[in-house]
Amino acid sequence: MLYVDTVVAERLVHRPRFIVAMVVVVSLALLTFNLNDTVFAEILRPIIGAPDQAGWFGRLSIAFILSILFMLNIVVIGFLQFKLQLLIVWSELLLLFLFFFYGFELDFDFIRTKFWFLVTQGVFTTLYVSMVSIVLASIVALFGAVAKLSSNGFAYAIASFYTSLFRGVPLLMQVYLIYLGLPQLGYVIDAVPAGILALVLCYGAYMTEIFRGGIQSVSKGQWEASRALGFKFGLTMRRIILPQAIPLIIPSTGNQFIAMLKDSSLVSVIGVWELMFLARTAGSKDFRHMEMLITAALIYWALSIILELIQSRIERHYRTQSH
Amino acid sequence: MPNPIITMTSVNKWYGSYHALRNINFSVEPGERIVVCGPSGSGKSTMIRTLNRLEAHQEGTIVVDGIELHEKMKDVDLVRMDVGMVFQHFNLFPHMTVLQNLMAGPMWVRGASEKDARNTAMHYLEKVHIPEHKGKYPGQLSGGQQQRVAIARALCMQPKVMLFDEPTSALDPEMVSEVLDTMTELARDGMTMVCVTHEMGFAKAVADRVVFMDAGQIIEQAEPERFFASPKNERLKIFLGQILQH
Ligand SMILES: Nc1ncnc2c1ncn2[C@@H]1O[C@H](COP(=O)(O)OP(=O)(O)O)[C@@H](O)[C@H]1O
Ligand SMILES: [Mg+2]
Repeated sequence: MLYVDTVVAERLVHRPRFIVAMVVVVSLALLTFNLNDTVFAEILRPIIGAPDQAGWFGRLSIAFILSILFMLNIVVIGFLQFKLQLLIVWSELLLLFLFFFYGFELDFDFIRTKFWFLVTQGVFTTLYVSMVSIVLASIVALFGAVAKLSSNGFAYAIASFYTSLFRGVPLLMQVYLIYLGLPQLGYVIDAVPAGILALVLCYGAYMTEIFRGGIQSVSKGQWEASRALGFKFGLTMRRIILPQAIPLIIPSTGNQFIAMLKDSSLVSVIGVWELMFLARTAGSKDFRHMEMLITAALIYWALSIILELIQSRIERHYRTQSH
Repeated sequence: MPNPIITMTSVNKWYGSYHALRNINFSVEPGERIVVCGPSGSGKSTMIRTLNRLEAHQEGTIVVDGIELHEKMKDVDLVRMDVGMVFQHFNLFPHMTVLQNLMAGPMWVRGASEKDARNTAMHYLEKVHIPEHKGKYPGQLSGGQQQRVAIARALCMQPKVMLFDEPTSALDPEMVSEVLDTMTELARDGMTMVCVTHEMGFAKAVADRVVFMDAGQIIEQAEPERFFASPKNERLKIFLGQILQH
C-alpha cells in the first residue's frame, strides 16, 4: 500500500464538476459510434421512436442516457467500501471483456467439445514445463548470482557472459537454437527437454539478477557476524544470508513464474504439446482458430490469477513472520 | 610471564592508498582488559577487526592464540571460533529467535549436540539477565537487550578473548548502562577483553590498560590512573578534555 493520508479529500468522483464533465466527455465519445442500430435503440424505442428514423436525435439521446448511467454507476461505486469496489469493478470489467468476445460470434459448442481436452492435456504440459523450468532456473540463478558477486574474475566473466547472452537473445530463437542446434553437435534432444532447457537458461539469466539483488540487500553486518562466529562461506550463505534474501526475492520470482507460464507457449513451435500447441492444432482442423485462441488465452489468464493468489499468500506469510 | 594471546608487531594497513594503520605494536595478555579510544576515523575499528581478520593487514605480523593471521592461512575459522566479537549494530540474525542465535555457533561450528547447545545458551542468557526473551526475534527486543543477546551469542562459543567495537554507541542513553554492567560482570569473571569505547567510566572501573589512537597510530597507552591523571600527548589531552567535559 502507498502511504495513506489521514486527511481525506472529497472523492473526485463525487465532485459535481467532475461528474458533469465526464457526462459530456462520455456522451461525445459515444456519439462517434452510430448507436441507432444497437440493442440500446430498441430499448429506447418509446422515447426515440423507430431506430432507423431516429437520426441525430436518437444518437444523442442514447449517448446521453448511457453516459448518465455510466456516471451513476461510478458515483454509486464511489460510496462503497474498498472490497466491494474491488468486486464490482472487477465484475463489470470482466463482463465488458466477455462482451467484446461475444461480438466475435464464436461457436460455443465447439469450445465445449474441446475445452476439457485443452485443460487436461495442454494445461498439464504447460504447468509441468513451467514448474520444472522455474525450479531449475532458480538453481541456475543462485549459482549465477554468487558468481556475479564473487571477486573471482573467471566466475564473474562466465556469469556475466551467460546473463548477457541469454537476456539479449529472443527466447524464441533460443528455443530454435537449442532444438535444432544441439543435434548438429551430435546430441539429439527431444522437444520437451529442449523447451525446458531454453526456458531454464533464459529465465535463469533474468533471475540471476533478481537473486543478486536479493543477496546484496542483506546487510554486510550479517556476513561479518556470521564469519566472526567461524561460519564458513557456504554455511553463511545457506543459513544466514539466503533465508533473509528469499523473502525479498519471492515477489519478483513470482512475477517471473507468471511470465514463464506464458512464455512456455513459445516452445509450441518445436512441437511440445502444451496449451498453445493444442489450441492451434485443435482450431486449425475445423477452421475455428478464434475459438481456440480465446479459450487458451482465458485459460492462461486463469492460471496466472491462481499463481498471483499463491504468490500473495506466500508474501503475506513472510511479512507476518518477519518482525 | 604467560604468552600474550594477541600480538601485533609493526602492523601497517592501507585502504587503497589511505594509510589506515601505521606501525601498530600492541599485545594483550590473557585476562587483560583493554579499552581503546580515540577520535572518529582514527583506525580503532580497523585495528580491532584485523584481530579476527575481518580486515586484512598488509605489513607486519598478527598472532592470535598462537596462530599467525595472514593471507594464505588455512583455517581462519579456527581463530574466529576463539575470538568473540560484538558489533556496534548488534548484527543479530533477524530470522532466528534469540535461542537459535545463541545455539547456532556451538551447533554448526563446534559440533555440539542440540541439548548441550541449549544448555550453554540458557546459561549465558541468564548471565546477561534476559532468559525470558529466549523465544523472541531480535526485532522484538530493545537495543540494549539485543546487544546483550549479541554478547551472549559470542560467549556461547566460549571464546578466549572478546572484542567489542563501540558496543554502546548505537544505544539510547538509558540502555547504555545495562550493556556496560554486563561487560563489567564479564570483566570481573576474568574474560580477556579488547573494547573500543568512549565510556570513560567503564575504562576507569575495569580497564587494566587504556590505549589512545589517532590517525592510525597508537599514541599512548597506560593504566587508567596514569592515563587520565597525567596524559603526556597533546592530542590525548585535547581528546580527554572534549570527552570528559560532559
Ligand atoms: N572499507 C574501507 N574502505 C576505505 N576506507 C576505509 C574503510 N573502512 C574504514 N576506512 C577509513 O579508515 C579510517 C579508519 O576507520 P575506522 O577504523 O572505522 O575508524 P574508527 O573506528 O576509529 O572511527 C577512516 O578514515 C575510514 O574512512
Ligand atoms: Mg569505528
